[in-house]
Amino acid sequence: MALDSKIPQGPIAEKWTNHKNHLKLVAPNNRPKIDIIVVGTGLAGASAAASFGEMGYNVKAFCFQDSPRRAHSIAAQGGINAAKNYQNDGDSTYRLFYDTIKGGDYRAREANVHRLAEVSGNIIDQCVAQGVPFARDYGGMLDNRSFGGTQVQRTFYAAGQTGQQLLLGAYSALSRQIGLGRVQMFNRHEMLDLVKVDGKARGIIARNLVTGELERHSAHAVIIASGGYGNVYFLSTNAMGSNVTAGWKVHKQGAFFANPCYVQIHPTCIPVHGTNQSKLTLMSESLRNSGRIWVPKKKEDAEAIRAGKLKPTQIAEEDRDYYLERRYPAFGNLVPRDVASRAAKERCDAGYGIEANDTNEGVYLDFSTEIQNKGKQAAYAKGNHNPTAEEITQLGKQWLEEKYGNLFTMYQKITDENPYETPMKIYPAVHYTMGGVWVDYNLQSTIPGCFVAGEANFSDHGANRLGASALMQGLADGYFVLPYTVSDYLADDIRTGKIPTNSSEFDAAEKRVKDNIDRFLNNNGSKSVDYFHKKLGLIMWNKVGMGRNEQGLKEAITEIAQLKEEFYKDVYVPGSANELNPELEKALRVADFIELGQLMAMDGLQRKESCGGHFREEYQDAEGETLRDDENFKFVGAWEYKGDDITQEILHKEELKYEFIKIAARNYK
Amino acid sequence: MSTAKNININLKIWRQKGPNAKGSMETYKLDNVSTASSFLEMLDQLNEQLINERKEPIAFDHDCREGICGMCSLYINGRAHGPDTGITTCQLHMRMFKDGDTIYVEPWRSKAFPVIKDLVVDRSAFDRIQQAGGFVSVNTSGNTIDANATPVPKADADKSFEAAACIGCGACVATCKNGSAMLFVGAKVSQYALLPQGKVEAAQRVLNMVRQMDEEGFGNCTNTGACEIECPKGISLENIARMNREYLKASLT
Amino acid sequence: MAKSAFLKSSLAKKYWMALTGLFLCLFLMGHLAGNLQLLVPNNALNFNKYALFMTTNPAVKILSYLTYISIIFHAIDGIMLTIQNKAARPVGYAKSNPSANSPWASRNMAVLGTIILVFIVTHMVQFWSRMHFDQNMPLQTIAINMQGMPQEFYVTTDGGYLPKMQVDQKMIIIKDRTDFYDAAANVKIKEGYKDLYKITVAFFQDAKYGLIYTLLYVVAMIVMGFHLLHGFSSAFQSLGLNHSKYTPAIKTLGKGFAILVSLLFAVIPVYIHFFLKA
Repeated sequence: MALDSKIPQGPIAEKWTNHKNHLKLVAPNNRPKIDIIVVGTGLAGASAAASFGEMGYNVKAFCFQDSPRRAHSIAAQGGINAAKNYQNDGDSTYRLFYDTIKGGDYRAREANVHRLAEVSGNIIDQCVAQGVPFARDYGGMLDNRSFGGTQVQRTFYAAGQTGQQLLLGAYSALSRQIGLGRVQMFNRHEMLDLVKVDGKARGIIARNLVTGELERHSAHAVIIASGGYGNVYFLSTNAMGSNVTAGWKVHKQGAFFANPCYVQIHPTCIPVHGTNQSKLTLMSESLRNSGRIWVPKKKEDAEAIRAGKLKPTQIAEEDRDYYLERRYPAFGNLVPRDVASRAAKERCDAGYGIEANDTNEGVYLDFSTEIQNKGKQAAYAKGNHNPTAEEITQLGKQWLEEKYGNLFTMYQKITDENPYETPMKIYPAVHYTMGGVWVDYNLQSTIPGCFVAGEANFSDHGANRLGASALMQGLADGYFVLPYTVSDYLADDIRTGKIPTNSSEFDAAEKRVKDNIDRFLNNNGSKSVDYFHKKLGLIMWNKVGMGRNEQGLKEAITEIAQLKEEFYKDVYVPGSANELNPELEKALRVADFIELGQLMAMDGLQRKESCGGHFREEYQDAEGETLRDDENFKFVGAWEYKGDDITQEILHKEELKYEFIKIAARNYK
Repeated sequence: MSTAKNININLKIWRQKGPNAKGSMETYKLDNVSTASSFLEMLDQLNEQLINERKEPIAFDHDCREGICGMCSLYINGRAHGPDTGITTCQLHMRMFKDGDTIYVEPWRSKAFPVIKDLVVDRSAFDRIQQAGGFVSVNTSGNTIDANATPVPKADADKSFEAAACIGCGACVATCKNGSAMLFVGAKVSQYALLPQGKVEAAQRVLNMVRQMDEEGFGNCTNTGACEIECPKGISLENIARMNREYLKASLT
Repeated sequence: MAKSAFLKSSLAKKYWMALTGLFLCLFLMGHLAGNLQLLVPNNALNFNKYALFMTTNPAVKILSYLTYISIIFHAIDGIMLTIQNKAARPVGYAKSNPSANSPWASRNMAVLGTIILVFIVTHMVQFWSRMHFDQNMPLQTIAINMQGMPQEFYVTTDGGYLPKMQVDQKMIIIKDRTDFYDAAANVKIKEGYKDLYKITVAFFQDAKYGLIYTLLYVVAMIVMGFHLLHGFSSAFQSLGLNHSKYTPAIKTLGKGFAILVSLLFAVIPVYIHFFLKA
């Protein structure tokens, strides 16, 4: 099967407009005859469901949480990019397009990314109209800030809770449609399989998580917007419930899974504290605007710190290694996420880590320089030209509190350390997955009628996502792409009529799900689901994590195969099928994570180059920078499911064409 | 506050098989709890212990575990989200407890939040209140007016944001002696009432949302102020006053 | 368009609670101003004049009916709120620590209010009902030295005096509790003042129960103080009057009001019982 990306012809800036103009429409009177299922209610899912409801389709939306408002988009802190050029610093659709392609290390589709940049401004307009309270300046205009990897201020924000505000905006639009009866909402429901009829996506099997009942839901199109798969690592910044199940089930039904090895490791998270840790907490990238990252220059100092004999404040300035400033003088502490993460790993692997955990993994994010600088500025601004050292420190801390107070408090609650007095300890953690279900320009997977949006698709970020771009993509897909492309697909379905749920296809799908559930409940093994999930996480982190190599990836593939066998043999799932059973939910999700983990290792193994979030240790230059191989790997790797044994999956390549941007090495020095 | 690295604790936890089952407080003992663990990680540890003993683990709601999704709840030692302020249960750490402590863990108690199982309650009443009016009636289109066409005074935008920071966890209802949801509703009403975009439907919104709130069976506000103290996001009582004002205005005009 | 549920919604109940509450605060001020006259030495006549004015003036009458209605409405509304609030939490907590997040008074308004209601009823039985209905209500008299002999006179509303003797000798008879009639002609000649002062003093100086009455009264005022401590500023919040600039001042005012009003009320019986010479 050849992959057809369906990228429209013509100049890059006109592709989307021309394409939209030629897409088929469904007349308003026909829309109520058509059902659409939306799985997931994050930015992409909620905005899509709301938009479809407004258009007049019958929408059924599903989320596993107790309310659509809890989807993990809510946790995004920093902001959302849009090429509005409100700050008059030369921003444009083209520049946002260019920065995103470059940030993605030239592994994203030009046409998709340009469309994203084109609609970015509409997103802000739409959100403001909905009552999203973005930060504003004293003139009442929208405020912006800058983020890593760019030279303009195009990031719109709402304190450190931008994702929350945007999601609540989409949730409010969705709530309005639910209230009007145009969207039927299924909270605490999990999609456990896709139903195909005549090759087309025609419904899902969902489990009511409260009663355990398996439900059949039919539709003319199915939208998967279920987020990313970062929890394959067990420890990540994802929510505990974030899972790949919806995406993996459509993969198993024939949708290709693209670039699974592209994972973003965020550089500024709170380090692991112990074996009972369940998740990692992100400290916003914006902190890198004010903090300097360092480790001790001397190994013995690092050892003394770990042993609790030395405090970081006791390390003299000349004994500190500000390694990002040293290696990347041009961007310094504001290099893109993948670069900053790898540099931290390099130092810790070399024995300079400062955290007294099992792996000694942790570096300092130090605000003392900023306290002095801002303190002095603040004193001057107040007319005090001879401030004492105490005055400076006090004013500096005040400045920090105004800017990052929430984050500092959050850090202190978690670690019990005061970041105003002692540097923060940080370490990279899994944060976002660029890979996902392969989709064409219309966001349709290789299964007709099955569309995939947001983080769940592989789409727009190439091998590395820039900060503040995930929110942009989720809302672009849901508000401004899917309503057009899905309608185009549905235009042929106005005579189809309701899809019956008593067909043999629904019977078969429900049986698959039921058998799977029964298998776990009757397994009578001896170990908990978490035991296996943690084991999988360790394999993934150590061998398919920030640094990968051929041997490790091969080991990971076999180790995961063994883990899978052990899992099915020895997992113990208590309780029954017809009740709220969180352990059963976890088991079903971990089963999919295990298979995906294997595919990620395979994808990493085949990609013999380093690009963005995928760093193959064999492919680096003398200074430890990534070495891309554009000649052989300038493609999207899309995997086709071939049965239970994941190693049998077949790789399909979608060649990436760069017609409008000159491909070059990424340089942040 | 505990300075020890590991503590042993006793737990008294509400167990209830299902929505219609009779529940009771059960006692558990858990050793070697790291004081660096969050409260939910401690429950994970307890569940692991229960699973290993072939007992049914305790069901509790949680998701993001960084204090923003609003999914976690729990009434711990007589307080919503436990003995600390400005946090959710997932941000509560075990260093707040001492070795040998007995910790009570109960679900939110409200007629409008029926227990589903153990510590899990149904908060869809909040969703229905939102559906009754918590929105601006604007459809998706690529051509609403430019975002900067309507300036919004910074003070209003900031206040609106502070109200919008509500995570819908339900701590206000749980902690209120009257089981009142007015802080939640007040915050929603305020967010929109403060913005020009929301003013168009302000009257209808507040009437509809309050009607829905009353129908759900929440109690009345008697201004004890407990909700403001226990709210993880520090939503101010000012928002309830603003709702009162908006409702009065909407009723009289 | 949603219909306004201005009489039965949860918010409307708050408005009525607040409005009646604030009105009762005004009433308290008026009542207190009158009562404080009891502290002025040799002021019985003025006090009784004031009492007469308060029971007969048409404007005051309207206000007093408003007060009765407010009390009843405030109480009924409060009971309804309490019932609904209890119903909102059918299953309580095994362990609760409310003192961590709210003042004691704010959580006990219903209890405090009930005690106040009981107080109001007994208070009205003791004083108000006697003033209004007691057939044996004494009339204001005054002792004047006549040729070295103290002689008692009734004080009449026209500023004159009637010798008590004449009544004792049935030359003048009292009808309708206050009206002096010429017994022979059966014509109303003058009107006396009900001696509320006398019964008040007698009540708190009662040989057997005076101390108990005084103490109970003081306790009731403490209860009212706590009720006001929360109620005063709470009423403003209920009416939507919350502003970062003014609310702290309202709260301080509320506290001051609560303490001052109940303190002054309580001082009066204490003074009468312990310090006033009969």
